[in-house]
Amino acid sequence: MFADYSSTELMSIFAMQGFAGLSLFSVFVLMAMGLAIIFGQMGVINMAHGEFMILGAYTTYLTSQFFQNLMPELFAASFFFAMVLAFLVSGALGAFVEWAMVRHLYRRPLDTLLATWGLSLILQQAYRSIFGAREVGVDLPDWMMGAFNVTDFVQLPINGLFVMVIALSIALAVYLLMYRSGWGKKVRAVVQNRPMAEAVGINTAGVDRATFALGCGIAGVAGSAFTMIGSTGPSSGQAYIVDTFLVVVFGGAQSLVGTIISAFGISQAQSTMEFFLSGSMAKVLTLLVVVGILMLRPEGLMALKVRR
Amino acid sequence: MKTPKHSLPSRPRRRLLAGLLALPAVLALSTPSFAAPPTSEVNTSGLAVTEDTVKVGILHSITGTMAISEIGSVQAEKLAIEQINAQGGVLGRQIEYVQEDGASDWPTFAEKARKLLRQDDVAAIFGCWTSASRKAVLPVIEQFNGMLYYPTFYEGLEQSPNVIYTGQEATQQILAGIDWAVKEKGAKTFYLLGSDYIWPRTSNKIARIHIEKKGLKVVGEEYYPLGHTQFNSVINKIKLRKPDVIFASVVGGSNVAFYKQMKAAGVDLTEEDPLLLTISVTEDEIRGIGGENVEGVYASMKYFQSLDNPNNKEFVAAFKERWGDDMVIGDVTQAAYLGPWLWKAAVEKAGSFDVDKIREASPGIEFKKAPEGYVRIHENHHLWSKTRIGVAQTNGQYKVVHETKDLMEPDPFPEGYK
Repeated sequence: MFADYSSTELMSIFAMQGFAGLSLFSVFVLMAMGLAIIFGQMGVINMAHGEFMILGAYTTYLTSQFFQNLMPELFAASFFFAMVLAFLVSGALGAFVEWAMVRHLYRRPLDTLLATWGLSLILQQAYRSIFGAREVGVDLPDWMMGAFNVTDFVQLPINGLFVMVIALSIALAVYLLMYRSGWGKKVRAVVQNRPMAEAVGINTAGVDRATFALGCGIAGVAGSAFTMIGSTGPSSGQAYIVDTFLVVVFGGAQSLVGTIISAFGISQAQSTMEFFLSGSMAKVLTLLVVVGILMLRPEGLMALKVRR
Repeated sequence: MKTPKHSLPSRPRRRLLAGLLALPAVLALSTPSFAAPPTSEVNTSGLAVTEDTVKVGILHSITGTMAISEIGSVQAEKLAIEQINAQGGVLGRQIEYVQEDGASDWPTFAEKARKLLRQDDVAAIFGCWTSASRKAVLPVIEQFNGMLYYPTFYEGLEQSPNVIYTGQEATQQILAGIDWAVKEKGAKTFYLLGSDYIWPRTSNKIARIHIEKKGLKVVGEEYYPLGHTQFNSVINKIKLRKPDVIFASVVGGSNVAFYKQMKAAGVDLTEEDPLLLTISVTEDEIRGIGGENVEGVYASMKYFQSLDNPNNKEFVAAFKERWGDDMVIGDVTQAAYLGPWLWKAAVEKAGSFDVDKIREASPGIEFKKAPEGYVRIHENHHLWSKTRIGVAQTNGQYKVVHETKDLMEPDPFPEGYK
């Protein structure tokens, strides 16, 4: 199939394909990080994850509208405000949901599944009533549009690079928080042995709430970043939820490193196959491979070694 | 002899007055409607018709994923009904509508259609949007002999005695679009891209047959799952194969991702290299995608909000007055607007609300006040209509660059597609 193309063309295509894979990877990392924290650390299956993302996206939309209309001179920087705001808004809603609903259901995983799914429907309809059923377009500052022309043929989209940077920063921040801070130690202690953690004086309820809020907040940032590449509508979150669970489960639910490795594997496999096959077939094959591997390693790629 | 008291005019006279007020409009529509015939004459099949009202149904998703697309249709249908009522109604009867929510769920559509026909005894249903919802409703409509006015452009391959298709079937949209690209833009190679379900797949099959019949080449054909948001790989493939035209039928949220990523990948669509011709992006979708991301995209449709004719100007003004200044009107919204008017014309021609008589009366019905210009119902229950090519502007509107000379004949069962 490559006979018709010159070698420079092929090189450029492979370079851009590699970049496409990396940008899919960063999208996956962003989507999955919040869920991995909630699902992995707390064992809560949050079906409303996509809706928390979209809350971040709507926050970004409102912020960009606000800057455009009232402070156009600061519009170029509005995106950074928007992301911080998205984190706070989604995180706050997350904390509220944990307090009002999830904490009563910790020992009933199937009920949380149902309850958070109900929450996702409620949120979707709320968005529809507030923002209207139509998708909204988030205007981007000019510097985020377009591409770097590396050569005539190789173009690297700026917003793709930007998403990548955000994904890596968040992954790094989560790593530092979880493995290098006192708070992270508490979270891990609660995950490994809740009664013991309680016995040594850790406020497990507080840790739970903060963890849930953090996961939702990161989902909000992800949603904010996705306004650059995807759509923002009441049900847009649904498009992400399946892939997100796929990445988290495949990586091994309790391991953040596993999540990253699995995001990398799935994104590279998918974007390579998309190039050689049609889009739908690539998805089918990716899912088959994931199912196959999960049959061999039911705990996912990186299983946490704990005595049960 | 008693002197008549000053009071409100009696009922028949009031109706006559209303009729007289509506006279100018009525004259334009040829059939007078002020002499209301008795209910027993116009309704022999137990429909919800009284001496001065007739009930119809509106069946669209106003919740769920499809609400984004269907709400425009609901607004158009309500506007048409209100306008008809202001002109004196149908056969002297005011139209009352019962609105049901299909909730983007196909079994719900079927259930609600059953409710409308069995419980509300509606005389007609204006509704459905996706082919899946229409297919779900079809057996119910046929079983209880209802009449459905279906507004969406769709893949064809269907012709029900109980449905009037007011949108274009696939060949009307596609053939005209491809002919235009070949003739005006000298296109030789095509890349077909769509979401993975029946409408894009059928459309692309029709497109491929037409392209290959002309001796031209399809250099790629590709489908992505609904809701897919990563198009980098296919954009790379397109760059490599360098087609003259990308023929796109991507739908829903995927559109936003696709056009944003095209732009980010440095493909400037205004340079027309490659030229992008879509059959799925109406003004409604552009609101979500953002005008700056679709500038230079060509669309093949029967209606654009910017169409320059007196009917359309009136329609756009009325629509905005009713639903707000920031509304945009896409192809399907206009097609939905035709539904109540075509039904009214058929009822008046038949002199009855009975579905069997409407069916008989429908072929040949014209609507000269259509915003798209002029439409006529074909024997096969689809509409004769013109196809236009528009190019998208940054303000989210299309500029019309081409219009077929004649009305295109609907051909729901094209040859070669079996």
